[in-house]
Amino acid sequence: MGKWTRRGFITAGVLTGGVLAVGVGIREGHRAPKLAGMMTDDGETLINVWVKLDQDNVVTAIVPHSEMGQGVWTSMTQMLADEMDADWDKVTFEQAPAHEAYANYPLGREYLMGDTKVPGFVQDSLNGGFLRIAQSMGLQITGGSTAVRFTGMGGMRIAGAAAREMIVKAAAKEWRVPRSELRTEKSYVFHDGSNRSAPYAAFAEQAGEYAPPTQPKLKTPDQYTFMGKSMPRHDIPAKVNGTAEFGIDVDLPGMKYAAVMGPPVLGSMVERVDDSYATDMPGVVKILNKESFVAVVADGYWQAENALRQLDVTWTKTGAETLNQADIYNQQRAAIDTGKAKKDVAVGNASKATAGAARVYEAEYTVPFLAHAAMEPLNATAWFHDGKIELWSGLQNPLDIRNQIAATMDVNEHDVTVHNVLLGGGFGRRAMPDYPIMAVQIAKDFDHPVKMIWSREEDTQQDWYRPAVVSRFKAGLDEEGMPVSWENVFVEKHDPPEASHIPYKIDNQLIQFAESAHHVRFGPWRSVDHTQHGFFIESFIDELAHEAGMDGYAFRRKLVEHAPRYLTVLDEAAKAADWGRAVPEGRGLGIALVASFGTVVAQVVEVDVTGPEPRVVHVWCAADPGYAMNPDGFIAQIESGIIYGLTAALYGDITIENGAVMQSNFHDYPMLRIDQSPEITVKIINSGARVGGGGEPGTPPIAPALANAVFAATGQRIRKQPIANLNEGLT
Amino acid sequence: MVTLVVNGQQTSVDVDPSTPLLWALREQLKLNGTKFGCGIAQCGACTVHLNGVPVRSCSTPLAAAEGAEVTTIEGVAAPDGTLHAVQQAWIDAQVPQCGYCQSGQLMSAVALLKDNPDPTDADIDAAMRGNICRCGAYGRIRAAIKAAAKA
Repeated sequence: MGKWTRRGFITAGVLTGGVLAVGVGIREGHRAPKLAGMMTDDGETLINVWVKLDQDNVVTAIVPHSEMGQGVWTSMTQMLADEMDADWDKVTFEQAPAHEAYANYPLGREYLMGDTKVPGFVQDSLNGGFLRIAQSMGLQITGGSTAVRFTGMGGMRIAGAAAREMIVKAAAKEWRVPRSELRTEKSYVFHDGSNRSAPYAAFAEQAGEYAPPTQPKLKTPDQYTFMGKSMPRHDIPAKVNGTAEFGIDVDLPGMKYAAVMGPPVLGSMVERVDDSYATDMPGVVKILNKESFVAVVADGYWQAENALRQLDVTWTKTGAETLNQADIYNQQRAAIDTGKAKKDVAVGNASKATAGAARVYEAEYTVPFLAHAAMEPLNATAWFHDGKIELWSGLQNPLDIRNQIAATMDVNEHDVTVHNVLLGGGFGRRAMPDYPIMAVQIAKDFDHPVKMIWSREEDTQQDWYRPAVVSRFKAGLDEEGMPVSWENVFVEKHDPPEASHIPYKIDNQLIQFAESAHHVRFGPWRSVDHTQHGFFIESFIDELAHEAGMDGYAFRRKLVEHAPRYLTVLDEAAKAADWGRAVPEGRGLGIALVASFGTVVAQVVEVDVTGPEPRVVHVWCAADPGYAMNPDGFIAQIESGIIYGLTAALYGDITIENGAVMQSNFHDYPMLRIDQSPEITVKIINSGARVGGGGEPGTPPIAPALANAVFAATGQRIRKQPIANLNEGLT
Repeated sequence: MVTLVVNGQQTSVDVDPSTPLLWALREQLKLNGTKFGCGIAQCGACTVHLNGVPVRSCSTPLAAAEGAEVTTIEGVAAPDGTLHAVQQAWIDAQVPQCGYCQSGQLMSAVALLKDNPDPTDADIDAAMRGNICRCGAYGRIRAAIKAAAKA
C-alpha cells in the first residue's frame, strides 16, 4: 500500500499497538503464553493470534466469527491466506474459542472511532484502550455485516501480511541474504539468486521470535490471488451429506432432553404449575418451574414436548394482557403527536422551509413486528460437571454468552466453556442471550447434560422482534415539485444510527424520534433499523417523485447527483432492468436505493399483480461493497437478503392480541417458497470505496422496491406491510 | 419394538411406536442429518424417503415405518462415499448457506429426479415448494436440480 489510506492508518495502528496479532498478549505480558497454550498443539508455533503455521506447512486461520451460512470461514481464510501468499490447498481454519483474546477488537475500534482521524502519536494508547473497550463490551459478535469489512480488513489481512513478513525476515537471516531478494509463493520462500527454496514452516520458530512489523505492506487489488475470487466455501461439503453439526445435533453421553414453555405475555412469570398429569407420563424425568419459564426434562425430546403440553400453567398478570396491536400503533402515534420527539438530524430550517413551500406533502407508514424464524429452532445443550459449566450452542456472540452465563450462575468466567457450533440461521436472533442461559438454568439441576430444544411455536412466540413502527413524513415542495424540506418523526430508534438518514440532497431536514414503550422485546433483525427506514424513506421519496411528475429513477438520480456511488448503483440497476420499457398490463417496475453497513444497493422489482397476491417476477440488484472479497459469496448473501426481506414484505406479520403473539408456526407466519421466489440478477460494483458488508445490505431495498412496483402497476400506494394483504386496505 | 430398514440396514427401534419417525432417527438411531424444523409438516426440513417416497418424518409415526425402507440424507451417497449427482450439483452451485434445511431439500430433489429425470420449472416448483429455505437459496436449488438432471 503506497500512501496510507484511512484503512491503512487503522490497520497499521492495529499492529503499532501490537494488540491484534501478538498485541495485547505481548504488551500485557500474559495473554500470549496463555493463548499459545490454548491454541497450539505440539509442533505448532504460534505466529500471531489470527494465524497458525504447523510443521507440515499447513496454515490455520483462526476465525473469530460464527458460521451461519454467510461463508465467513471462507472469506476470513482467503483474506488471510492471500496476504500471506499461502498455498490454498494447505490452508485451513479453526473456529476461535469464546475468549477475550478474540474479542472483536477491530470491530469495536471501527465502531467507536468512526471517521475520526487520530494523530499518530496517540495510536498506541488508543489501540490498547479500544481493545479493552471491545473486551469489556464482550463483543465477539457476528452481526452488523462486520466480518469482511472489519475483522477481515482490520485483522485477517494484517495478520497474514505480518506473518509473511516475519517469515521472510527469518528466511533472510537463515540464508544471510537481503530480504529484498526473497519472494514468496504457495507457502514457500524462494531465493532465486541461489536457487534456494524452503517451506514457510522451516522458518516458523524463528519468525515467532520477532515482534510483528508495525506496518506490514498490504497487497493492491492487482496483486490479489484469492481475494476477489469465488473460493468454494469450506462449510458446504458437510452440508450436503448430513454430517454438518448444528447446535441441535450435539450428542453427549447420558444426555436428557428438555422442552420449554415461556409466558404467553412476554415478561410475565410462573404463578403456579399443575403437573399432576404430566409428571407420570412416559420418559419424564423432572418438571421444573424456573419462574420465568417452565421446562420438562425427559428421556427423549418428543416425550418432553408431549408432557409439556399437558402442563396447566398459570402466569402472573403484568398489565400488558389488554394490549392489542392497534393499541401499540396508536400509542406510537400519540407519542409522535406530543411533539416531544428527540432530534436525530437537523439541517437548515425544515419547519420554516415547509411553511414557505409552494406545497406540502405528507404520509404515514407502518411496519409490523417480525420474528426471525431461523430454520433451526433455538436450542442449547448444557452440562454441569467438576465445578464447571459447559455449553454447546450456535451463537452469534459466544463471548458475551459466556460472560452472561457466568454472571447469571455467579461463577468465574473461566469456569464456563462455550462451544460454538454451526448456526442453522441467525439473522440477529442468535445474538440474544436468553436461550443459552435457560439451558444452563435447566442443566443446573442435573449431573448429566441436558439438551434444550424449543418448539417452532416457542421460537415464534418468544422472539426478540423487529419492532412494529409508525413513521410520519412531511415534505415542502417548490413550484416544480422538488423537495425543499424533509420532516420525519418515527418511533423506535436502535441501530445503526444512520438508518433513518437520507442520502438525498434536500437542504432542510428535521428527523426526529419519539419514545413509546411496550412489553414486546426488541431484537436486531437482519439489517436492524434499516428494514423499516429503508421502506419508509424509499416509499416516501417515490411518492414525492410522483408528486413532481417524475419517475422514481430520474427523481432519485437528480437528488444524488453529488454522490457517485449512489448514482452508479442506481444507473446499473436501472440499466439491468431496462428501466422505462413498456411492461405488460398488470405488471409494474419499482426502484429503491438504500446504503447500509457500508454497501450501497439499488434494486428494481418487476411485479405481477394479476393473481390473488402480488408476485415478484424478477429483481435486478446493483451493489457496491467497495470490493467483493468472494464475489459468489457476496452474490449469495445479496440473494439471501432479498428473499429474507421479500418474505417479510409480502407475508411477515407478528401481531399482538391481549398482550400475546398470535402467530405460532409456518402455517400462520408464512415463508416465501420456491414457487414464489423471483429470478434475481446481481451486479457487483467494485468501486474501490472502503469495503462494506454483505449479509444485510440486500434486505432493506426490496420492500420499498416492491411497494413502488405495486404502485406502478395499480396506482395503489402501499403504506403498510405485509403487502400480500392488499385487500385489507391502506392506513 | 418397530423393525425397519434404514439406509439399507435392517434395524429395530425400541421406543413408543407413536413417536415421530424424525425423533427415532435422531435420538435412537443417531442419524442427525434429518432436521427438526416445525413439527407440523410445513417446512420440509425433516424429509426422508419412506419406501422411496418423500415424507415429512416429523409427522410420520414410527409405526408407519414398520417393515418399510427408510432412506435419510446419510444414505444418499454411494457406500464408498461417492456423492449422488444431486449432492455434487449442490456443491457445484454452492447452494447451502446455513445449510439447516438442505438435508430436506436434497431428499425432495433426489426423489423428484428419480421419478422425473428432466423436470420443468413447474415440476420443480411442485416437488420443492414444501421445503422452506430461510437463507433464500431457491434460485440455486433450481439451478442445481437442472444441473443434476443433465449429469
